[in-house]
Amino acid sequence: MSLLLFIEQVLNGLQFGVMLFLMAAGLTLIFGVMGLINLAHGSLYMIGAFAAAAVSAATGSFLLGLAASLAAAAAAGALIEVVVIRRLYDKDHLDQVLATFALILIFSEGTRWVFGSFPLYLDVPSYLAGSVTLPGGIEYPLYRLAIIAIGLLVAAGLFALIAWTRIGIQIRAGESDREMIAVLGVNISALYTIVFALGAALAGFAGALIGAIQSVQVGMGEPVLILAFVVIVIGGIGSIKGALVGAILVGLTDTLGRTLLPVAFDTFMTASAANAVGSALASMSIYILMAVLLVFKPTGLFGSA
Amino acid sequence: MQRETLINIIVLALLVLFPLWAWQADEPFMITLATRAVILALAGVGLNLALGLGGMVSFGHAVFFGVGGYAMGILASHAQSYEPIFEWPFLFEGSKFMPLIWLVAILSSGLAALAIGALSLRTSGVYFIMITLAFGQMFFYFTISWPAYGGEDGLSVYVRNGFPGLNTLDPIQFYGICLAILAIVLFAMSRLARSSFGLALSAARQNEERVQAVGIGVFRLRLMAFTISGAITGLAGALFADLNRFVSPVMFSWQTSGEIMIFVILGGVGRLYGPVIGAVLFIVLEHELGGLSEYWHIYLGALLLGVVLFARGGLIGVLAGREVAHD
Amino acid sequence: MTEPILDIRNISKSFGALRASNDVSLDLRPGEIHALIGPNGAGKSTLIKQIAGNLRPDAGAVWFNGRDVTELDTVARARAGLGRTFQISSLAMEMTVLQNVVLGAMGHRTGPFRFFRPVMKDRALLAPAMQALEQVGLEEFATTRTADLSHGQRRQLEVAVALTLSPRVFLMDEPMAGLGAEGSHRLMGFLDELRQQAPILLVEHDMDAVFALADRISVLVYGQIIATGSADEIRANPEVRSAYLGEEEDA
Repeated sequence: MSLLLFIEQVLNGLQFGVMLFLMAAGLTLIFGVMGLINLAHGSLYMIGAFAAAAVSAATGSFLLGLAASLAAAAAAGALIEVVVIRRLYDKDHLDQVLATFALILIFSEGTRWVFGSFPLYLDVPSYLAGSVTLPGGIEYPLYRLAIIAIGLLVAAGLFALIAWTRIGIQIRAGESDREMIAVLGVNISALYTIVFALGAALAGFAGALIGAIQSVQVGMGEPVLILAFVVIVIGGIGSIKGALVGAILVGLTDTLGRTLLPVAFDTFMTASAANAVGSALASMSIYILMAVLLVFKPTGLFGSA
Repeated sequence: MQRETLINIIVLALLVLFPLWAWQADEPFMITLATRAVILALAGVGLNLALGLGGMVSFGHAVFFGVGGYAMGILASHAQSYEPIFEWPFLFEGSKFMPLIWLVAILSSGLAALAIGALSLRTSGVYFIMITLAFGQMFFYFTISWPAYGGEDGLSVYVRNGFPGLNTLDPIQFYGICLAILAIVLFAMSRLARSSFGLALSAARQNEERVQAVGIGVFRLRLMAFTISGAITGLAGALFADLNRFVSPVMFSWQTSGEIMIFVILGGVGRLYGPVIGAVLFIVLEHELGGLSEYWHIYLGALLLGVVLFARGGLIGVLAGREVAHD
Repeated sequence: MTEPILDIRNISKSFGALRASNDVSLDLRPGEIHALIGPNGAGKSTLIKQIAGNLRPDAGAVWFNGRDVTELDTVARARAGLGRTFQISSLAMEMTVLQNVVLGAMGHRTGPFRFFRPVMKDRALLAPAMQALEQVGLEEFATTRTADLSHGQRRQLEVAVALTLSPRVFLMDEPMAGLGAEGSHRLMGFLDELRQQAPILLVEHDMDAVFALADRISVLVYGQIIATGSADEIRANPEVRSAYLGEEEDA
């Protein structure tokens, strides 16, 4: 494999990684602050993608579509937080899993009901279409490059939000000690709704960005959700830093595994066998990564308890 | 407790009488529905051991369901194509013989549960849920990308496997086999729940520290329960594959794990017959609501949400009172 | 002098800058009640955890029954004969009282890997279980759900479960906590006799009980044992008085 191809795959891995981070950040925030495991996070991703596709198709503006994804996912997040999720904070994880699984069923079938079973398409805007030539002569799609940049910007913004703002202080206080935020005089139920809506908005945003690369369809959220789970298990549940490191790790492992493993097996197998074994192993690579990591660190890279 | 026993007896009687009626009325589709319910109930009974008695929230039981299914698919497909599975240390050409298929399904899914459990039980709480879910995805993507046994398209078996003395192609006879297995497993589970193992496992769910303080290691206890649990769900997978004469990666999907969990919850967690009632209810809803609306999962979701928020004991809990029966 | 059954040798444990156990040595001999007292935050819980096997000391060793058990976990130490009761009742709350003691008897005798015989009909387990209940006076509550017991009864059940293990040593973490005067008094009488069965390492806040019962008392302050001796010696020890008893008498 040429070096250029390798670098291109690294960039693809990074792009996948920052997307996963947008999902994982919300999940891990919600778990860290409210102690809630939220399977419906994938539905919020889907809602963001559908909102973006519908609005940009109606208005012709990709940016309006992105704005719609943020608004729709945040609104849906706030709505389910108020109606369902807040009844789950003091229940056990099994109840949380089941109730949010029920929400997936409702959201998925509801979306199918409204939009039908055919996928929608979201077009990459003209100013981000095409590819750019990177130093070293690599041709790389501009849109994917933009996703990496946007993802890293959002990550930086999130770290800044948590480090410097009032709400960030409250979030950190909530993570370390739930009773303390009550002492600080914070309106807990409002804080929870805001955190949940923030996580939802990030997921919806990720859905919209990816929606322009893949098709927008029901069920698109759950595979990403499960990968985001792997990310936060690897990073340590509750840690934003862990989510970022885990996301990049998973993104790179998955992408590079898919290209490198078949090539690696090719050196001592027939091409078709190498392709079969390599791609089978590659599809499992991140789970193997997770399993190996857990043997050594059962609470993830940056997890505490 | 009396009421719960009464409900159990009624359910069992229905499982015997309804298919007999369908047989008399010449409604083979109804028998197939009942067979589905019984097999899914068996899968749920397996999960209930880990989830209800052991408190291990496994979101990856589709793995065992799928491994059991593929055990059947692989054995039977080799037998129908006359290509040996292996030639050393002895020639093995696959099998269409149900008892052998069941044995292989139980052993292979039990082995998978042992390996997954050994890794996953190092963690607890949310980590455990997510890791079992992730292992499910791992098997799912593996079966999709492994071309030898159909990959994404799955694997068909043209003739149902055989059982000595019975015509398994006759729906009522196949139903009888499935119901007999469910009854045997339910009996074994009722004994297990009352045994030393059941008491210790249940105590470990309630208070891990207490169990350790009396000198019982919790890890081995849970791993054993998880393994048995996986093996039972695997047996259900083999039967399910035989019912459909088809296996596909869908058996490994996370939705399958979720559905097996739904059976347990709808009926009532930790109740012996919980998964049976849950699976029957699920099939009835699928049939009735599915007839009413293409989007019946919305109603299923709403019902599940209602059960979680307002009726934690499931259907049995609503009918027989909240308390799980004691000896 | 008889050999100690439980011998804690120079153990230390730090959490960051906090030295929770600082070169602690402590032993327990057959037939005695050895009480461990100390103000809150002195490091009693940390010490108990190291004795029971929840925590590994950074340095030093725990010897039990002539054997170094420092590397063993709680399960192995329980099997070796360490009968422990917890500060906050640690029971299987959904099970009956009898099931809790049967669990103890099972842990000590048959182990959990029996899958088919009904455990609540196993005479070999029921007999010691009932006997333990009788010993603490809970036999009439055998079929009561544990969650329905009063606080005091739960404390008794804790002791009963420890009894089913036929332990060589009892490790009791504040067994009197939350008991009324009458309950404390009854438990004192019980512990008084129990020491003949197996010696007791007693961590207790109730000073009257400690001074009435203990053969020896050790005082733990800031992770260090500042004195060990008989009740009279401890009462007369000026260091103990200033560090600890003085405050306690004022309170």
